[in-house]
Amino acid sequence: MNGFVYYIRKGVLVSLVLLFICGLGYPLLMTGVAQVVFPHQANGSLISADGKVIGSELIGQDFTKDYFLKCRPSTVSYNTYTKEDLERGSYSTVGSGSQNFAPSNPQLVERVKKDMESFLEKNPSIKMEDIPTDLLTASGSGLDPHISPQAAEIQLESIAKASGISIEKLEKIVIVNTTKKTVGIFGENTVNVLKVNLAIAKEMGLVQNIKH
Amino acid sequence: MVEIMFTLILYMFLVIPIGIYLYYVTTNKKTIADSVFNRIDNGIYKITGINPQNQMNWKQYVVALVVTNGVMILVGYLILRFQGILFFNPNGIGGMESSLSFNTVISFMTNTNLQHYSGESGLSYFSQMAVITFMMFTSAASGYAACTAFVRGLVGKDKIAMGNFFSDLIRITTRVLLPLSIVVGLLLVWQGVPQTLSSNVTATTIEGSMQDIAMGPVASLESIKHIGTNGGGFFGANSTTPFENPTIWSNIFELYSMMLLPGACVVMFGKMIAEQKKNIMKVKKSVMGSEGRTIFTAMSNIFVIGLSLCYFAEMAGNPTLANAGLSQSMGSMEGKEVRFGVDASALFTTVTTSFTTGTVNNMHDTLTPLGGLVPLLHMMLNLVFGGKGVGLMNMIIYVILSVFICSLMIGRTPEYLGKKIEGKEMKLTALCIIIHPLLILGFSALAVTTSSGLCGITNEGFHGLSQVLYEFSSSAANNGSGFEGLGDNSVFWNITTGLAMFFGRYVSLVIQLAIAGSLMKKQLVNETVGTLKTDTATFAFVLVLIVYIFAGLTFFPVLSLGPVAEHFSLWG
Repeated sequence: MNGFVYYIRKGVLVSLVLLFICGLGYPLLMTGVAQVVFPHQANGSLISADGKVIGSELIGQDFTKDYFLKCRPSTVSYNTYTKEDLERGSYSTVGSGSQNFAPSNPQLVERVKKDMESFLEKNPSIKMEDIPTDLLTASGSGLDPHISPQAAEIQLESIAKASGISIEKLEKIVIVNTTKKTVGIFGENTVNVLKVNLAIAKEMGLVQNIKH
Repeated sequence: MVEIMFTLILYMFLVIPIGIYLYYVTTNKKTIADSVFNRIDNGIYKITGINPQNQMNWKQYVVALVVTNGVMILVGYLILRFQGILFFNPNGIGGMESSLSFNTVISFMTNTNLQHYSGESGLSYFSQMAVITFMMFTSAASGYAACTAFVRGLVGKDKIAMGNFFSDLIRITTRVLLPLSIVVGLLLVWQGVPQTLSSNVTATTIEGSMQDIAMGPVASLESIKHIGTNGGGFFGANSTTPFENPTIWSNIFELYSMMLLPGACVVMFGKMIAEQKKNIMKVKKSVMGSEGRTIFTAMSNIFVIGLSLCYFAEMAGNPTLANAGLSQSMGSMEGKEVRFGVDASALFTTVTTSFTTGTVNNMHDTLTPLGGLVPLLHMMLNLVFGGKGVGLMNMIIYVILSVFICSLMIGRTPEYLGKKIEGKEMKLTALCIIIHPLLILGFSALAVTTSSGLCGITNEGFHGLSQVLYEFSSSAANNGSGFEGLGDNSVFWNITTGLAMFFGRYVSLVIQLAIAGSLMKKQLVNETVGTLKTDTATFAFVLVLIVYIFAGLTFFPVLSLGPVAEHFSLWG
């Protein structure tokens, strides 16, 4: 019926038309609509404080100060870096992922033991068996913005000491920034670490105007 | 547990109407949205000069599919190589290296979406749209088109004509994939998935350090990634990344997006068969057609067995961490996100490998040995719903095999859907069943006997073998997820997995269409009391058993050296 050339010709035409519709028209249309209807989310749910972008409410950060809540371990350090890191070359480019340690990999146990020691040192009142699983295991993305409510709870005593904010106040801050399971079934109870720390920073007078 | 049950029950209510809509689109029946879609389709037909009435036989259909896919591969390859000097590149990303470009275009054209690059640093926004998003549409539409041709062959209304590939490709894109992608895409933006062409943001944290936040047109890719059972992430860590999957709701939207169409294909198949049967005899009424119901039941059973194993294995946690003093009350949390926990992670893992999507919301390399065995096994089976259309075709190959075995046991001529199964079909079926394990085991053997293969392994011991097996199972099944620790961006891994994906897709597809082409020519034989009934619960049970027995015979030895041995070394 039709020769091979016919199929090549039609194949090229159909490919180009679909490339135009699906590869350009569709994503550009979506960009336009999303920017108008959901501008905050479409641009990454950024949070600013005192006019500067300080992060995204969906992405975790690597916190080091004693008066801040800590996130889970991350291979990519949440893409957080200092000027010295850049100069030393220890940060090269934006990324995501985990160390991909198999459950049988001895390096996994080593990492957990090391993190546990330093955590117990900083939080002497906490017993080893009270540390929840999520706090010392790395997330899949390396960007997990959440920890479990238990993981937040056990950090509060040392944060209270370092920040001078009372434990009751801190507990309130955590509760405000906790998302419960939807209708008690879907998802998990999660605490947004960056939002908690922003509230702590505001309480301590480190930042003033927070804009979500 | 409760979360998983609710999600699955709701799925059952959604899959049937979608299946009925697919049935309408495939059989060219009128729908209310026709006035809009006809105009779009006719416009495309006019530009491309395609006559949708122009029917093709199975060989022409195959040629049209392979040639069109070939053209798309070429276009995609060129864009990737030259992305550095093309537009929409605010982050200044350079051209992609040649073996990696080869692997990437094959990967996306075959609906696999295995990724040996990291999206944040490896692709420009133009490549993300014009190569990745584009191929996500067309590879899904190609697979689905092949499936409709296959079913038309089995239904056998006509002796030769299987439909027109170009028109199938276009209709599925405009009437199913695009509208669904727009709706799901906007739902995802609402939940927090970015959709912008601006460059990455550098934030100044409240501790005074800096943080890079990767951006891009993510939502438009994310929706078709799941709807087309593609699975390739915008970012390296795929749907674990909060920007690809920010909340439990986005997680559920993504789950349903990948589950609905493959399930709906089975409903469509059942409906088409039932309609044809109605012309020759009285049939029992059933929402998805009695033949469709059998297959749906068999698939669901295998799915639930796998899901349960994965869930309980993950809940049990990691004994070596428990020994080190870390409580495992939340289950195994390494590689999982707090917002999903074990429930949503186990469900997503089983779904992504059963429906051969390949998207991940937790890192499969870090799964417990038995939790990781389930995704591996489901890719080895490659028929538990499966990717767009392809899973149904694979399952029907096993149905033909089961019919053959059962009929021999009771001394009848094997028949399926009123067609005799004879020597030619059985030879093709046997060939089709052999290819998949041959690709997986052959390439895995090659990888563990060569130094260029071995140097990719990053976890020692039994788990190393699992990493290799997983990579090739994922390639051959056109899944695309990975045990991501594997150092797979090397010439060896790029080429071998590229070949596994290519043959895994096209060889089986050609054989399956050949079987349908051969069956459709045959005379319908009347059903008698002696005919083996294929629409009963007994047959569904036999089908599940045969699938497990074949998988067991083929893969058990290698599975016991990988995940099973790792399990006993941890718990022993």
